[in-house]
Amino acid sequence: MTRIKYFQELFQRYRRPGDLVFAIIFLLFALFLLSQLGEQTKWVKRTKWFGQPSLWPSIAVWGMVIFGAFHLLGSMVSPRIYGRLKEVLFWLRSLEYVLYFLAYVAIVPLAGYLPSTILFAVFIILRAGFRRPQQLALAALFATCIALIFRGFLQVKIPAGEIYQHLPDALRAFALTYL
Amino acid sequence: MDTLLSGFQILAQWDVFAALVIGSIGGVIIGALPGVGPAVAIAILLPATFAFEPIVGLTLLLGIYGSSMYGGAIPAILINTPGTPVNALTTYDGYPMTKRKEGHRALSLAYTASFFGGIFSVICLILLAPLLALIAPHFGSREIFLAAFMGILLVVVAHRGQTFAAGMLACFGIFLNTVGLEPVKYTKRFTFDQSWLSSGFDLIVVVLGLFALSQAFLLLIEKDHAPRETHVQGSMLSGVKELLGIKRIATVSSSLGVLMGMIPGVGEFTAQFLSYTYAQKTSKTPGTFGKGSPEGLVASEAANNAVPGAAMIPLLALGIPGEALTAMMLSVFYVHNVIPGPQLFETQLDFVMALYLALILLNVIVLVFLLFSTNLLLKIIQIPTRFLGMMILTLSFIGVYSLRNSITDCAIAAGFGVFGLILKRLNLPIVPIILGMVLGGIMEVKLRAAMAAVKTPIDFISRPIAAIIFVMIIGIVVLHIRTLILEQKAKQKPEPLGPDYEHSSQQG
Repeated sequence: MTRIKYFQELFQRYRRPGDLVFAIIFLLFALFLLSQLGEQTKWVKRTKWFGQPSLWPSIAVWGMVIFGAFHLLGSMVSPRIYGRLKEVLFWLRSLEYVLYFLAYVAIVPLAGYLPSTILFAVFIILRAGFRRPQQLALAALFATCIALIFRGFLQVKIPAGEIYQHLPDALRAFALTYL
Repeated sequence: MDTLLSGFQILAQWDVFAALVIGSIGGVIIGALPGVGPAVAIAILLPATFAFEPIVGLTLLLGIYGSSMYGGAIPAILINTPGTPVNALTTYDGYPMTKRKEGHRALSLAYTASFFGGIFSVICLILLAPLLALIAPHFGSREIFLAAFMGILLVVVAHRGQTFAAGMLACFGIFLNTVGLEPVKYTKRFTFDQSWLSSGFDLIVVVLGLFALSQAFLLLIEKDHAPRETHVQGSMLSGVKELLGIKRIATVSSSLGVLMGMIPGVGEFTAQFLSYTYAQKTSKTPGTFGKGSPEGLVASEAANNAVPGAAMIPLLALGIPGEALTAMMLSVFYVHNVIPGPQLFETQLDFVMALYLALILLNVIVLVFLLFSTNLLLKIIQIPTRFLGMMILTLSFIGVYSLRNSITDCAIAAGFGVFGLILKRLNLPIVPIILGMVLGGIMEVKLRAAMAAVKTPIDFISRPIAAIIFVMIIGIVVLHIRTLILEQKAKQKPEPLGPDYEHSSQQG
């Protein structure tokens, strides 16, 4: 009994709710990589050990497995913290914003950087719970400034929107270059 | 002296100076905003700087890095919310001073202590430069391999109580760096026959995901709040006189900051911990620490501001970044085909001097800016956190998409954004992943190069510098084990349990 207690004390550590879930997933991922080590890396003939392509992936994956196992052990022997499910749901809520972000990425080459950035900024602000017209206008202003500074002034590499092709001649060249 | 003049000439170019001013002032504002640290700002701006000359890009990033902690002290002192994670210790003594209606005194002292720390570290660097130029050429492949390994080891053991987590995340970083087509034997590693994995994981995409996108997601999901309105009155110069009265603590703290900044993998938190402990132990009034002690405030601010300058040493002299921010700066060098390392000190000492001078100037610019605009900054930082989240998300897009106009990159960055959010929520460190990625790559290349000239294992450490680093590595391992045993014997946990003892594991 004393030994078990000593063992627990040795590995107990500070943590937050959800730590156990993360530790399990990470270890499973590391074990999956370990199972693929032979398949996904090559041991080349007539090459010394330090030049082998599989040397560093092996070190990394074994390190992930060993440290990950101890991390999980530490999580398992520490007192349980309630709120695990709530925390995991919090992580999953971020996927909603990932979706918005990827939709924005997909729209930019079609609708153009300036219009899609204004649309995106205003939409995110609305989704975040801001409703006052001044706040929406501020988000649109911020988006306009960012688009003009980065694409117009700094000429950062972002493709022109396909929609710009349909603009009148006088405006098209300007939009293709600066907006 | 000639190199110093050449350094001045480089800095005198209008674009370099403009980058310095924008970086310094932008850094203060970013630092003062709770929720946005220098890492987020540097990650976002990184791809944009690739279009500039290396010195312009680096000056801009250095400006943000060096000045953010000045700004971070403002909300730490006045509203008990650190602007950047490294200002957390400042709240211990800064906020109690504000509660005693000494907010103005605390701010003034923090500015002057930060200035002292910043300038002290640059003076040390300038004095050390000839010595570094002498030693750096003796760093061959095996020495750089050992130094990089020491960096990984230190970043793992420095996360006390989270050693296993730091270890597994550092290994994850090394793993990420190995994915893709390997450049020597042209074999595929962990590509799973997917074309999008063949080119591997770009450091900038990972950095943007882990630091910037994760922060945006976090701010957008968490409850919205905005720092409350506050303002200070009176001259900010009064701290100079008070600092002179506690110059011993300022000097020791700055020295510790320089020392810890130079060692890869350590950084601000360890420097602050050591200097704060020293200040408390040698103080005539140790009981006031944590209750509004000016000495504690000075120890915290002088130590953390001495780190950025010193952190440039391993980066410039050996090409080894000591923490996430210098790891990001390393990519600016690589993009321009300037390889930092021993030869930089031999052939481009004026470039190194220009960076040092930029560090001095940025401290002056920031101090002057803060003396007159603290109240303006207090208005700016009242941006609601969710609005800030939208701003970071919009800006992150430019960072990732402008690299190669790749939707895949954006998806990967978003994936790392979710991963970073989980790590931040669990207070697990992100820095080991970045250092693992960068140092893992360095170790692979340098080991291969070093072993070509090594006949027996002892050859590897037969040269004096290699032997010294090897002894240091052994020393770190032995000391770490000894500390663990002593803690266990004293019935202390590796990390105290409970929310009262919680500290941030995040950088930037």
